[in-house]
Amino acid sequence: MQQIFNYLLKNSTKILFLLLLIISFALTIQAHSFHRSKIISSANFLTGGVYEQVSSVSEYFNLKDQNEQLAKENARLKTLFFNLKDSTALQSLDSIAGVDKTNIILGKVIHNSYNVFENYLTLNVGEKDGVTGDMGVINDAGVVGIVDRTSKNYATVISILNTKIEINAKIKKSNHFGSLVWNGKSTGFVQLIDVPRLALIKKGDTVVTGVQSKIFPADINIGIIDKIYIDNETNYYTLNVKLFNDMTNLGHVYIIKSKHRDEIINLEKASKGE
Amino acid sequence: MNSTILLNIVRFILLLAAQVIIFNNIHLFGFLIPFPYILFIILYPVDGNKVGLLLSAFLLGIMMDMFSNSGGVHAAACVMLAYARPTIFKFSFGVSYEYQTIKLNDVLTPERFSFILIAVVIHHFTLFLLEVFRLSNIWDILLRTLASTVFTIVLSIILIYIFKPSKR
Repeated sequence: MQQIFNYLLKNSTKILFLLLLIISFALTIQAHSFHRSKIISSANFLTGGVYEQVSSVSEYFNLKDQNEQLAKENARLKTLFFNLKDSTALQSLDSIAGVDKTNIILGKVIHNSYNVFENYLTLNVGEKDGVTGDMGVINDAGVVGIVDRTSKNYATVISILNTKIEINAKIKKSNHFGSLVWNGKSTGFVQLIDVPRLALIKKGDTVVTGVQSKIFPADINIGIIDKIYIDNETNYYTLNVKLFNDMTNLGHVYIIKSKHRDEIINLEKASKGE
Repeated sequence: MNSTILLNIVRFILLLAAQVIIFNNIHLFGFLIPFPYILFIILYPVDGNKVGLLLSAFLLGIMMDMFSNSGGVHAAACVMLAYARPTIFKFSFGVSYEYQTIKLNDVLTPERFSFILIAVVIHHFTLFLLEVFRLSNIWDILLRTLASTVFTIVLSIILIYIFKPSKR
């Protein structure tokens, strides 16, 4: 017993080192798995508060860009509003065209990252505003990401530029769908994989979110096809998609709450269990 | 509570704040970020408490992870560097380094430079290896380690020179 204590005392630094290293490895591995989100995240009061302060200063630097974007979107909505064919079916302005199964929450990006393989954004809205995990995040140009973790006042978002993300997407004109992933190479491009060879596609076609996605409503813009590859092993197309969004410059975003998501998931679970 | 401990606490907070607010927003060529916050571990007193160093390095890493949503990669890299520090001292300043009065924040000599170089390489390699977490990208990891190392070292040396104690 005495010897064990002596040994522990003599090697206390080494033991502490191993202990701390194991904790860090555990946190790392835990963070790398998609379905269990991370314990250490920037959706807490300290980091969220700091980022909010920093963002309130730095947002002055791109006020011009943001104003331009909002003005453009205003113009687009006005066009929609003035050109309504049927005045009895008035669309409410805060919903996306054709989607009334969803609620929109307005948020602001207070921290953006795009230079590592697993990128996350931090938003200044949280549970207080009705944001929960697995909600879709978009802006006027297209898809931004999926909500990961939330706290009372803040939320973290898995960016579309994250090697863990997988979104159901389709070619706008043909309805052939595939999975949208990111290979970690460029901030302007994502990849649409597993598109069947039957699909008639060409460079310049628009890629939008698919109907199978339970997180995003269908037909939200993502990008246009930039290059087409054929995977020799699987005989599927892999498409390089140029994003409409400039992911390095994000301001206001919309968080989409799909009212029917739980219903669809429960229904699918029930029929699989039969 | 003597002045060394106070100095280290101040350094901890200032470096962390500078890293989060300024350096994390530098994206040179789109993917390069310098990490001069590890100066805290490098400049920790040579004869300081080893357990204290390990614990504070872990805390520093966890805070960085919190701010950059990266799980535990910064914590692992910082703890690795803190544990390897005496070995690097032995390599750079000779076996009897404990009896010399080493001051790191002073004029740059080959010994000091080699110490900072090895420390930064160890930290960055662990960091990028864990961040990507797959060996298929080993060339990418090596490239990023190399590029970021140069960037961090240049910035660290500039910082050391700026905040050098004025009494000479």
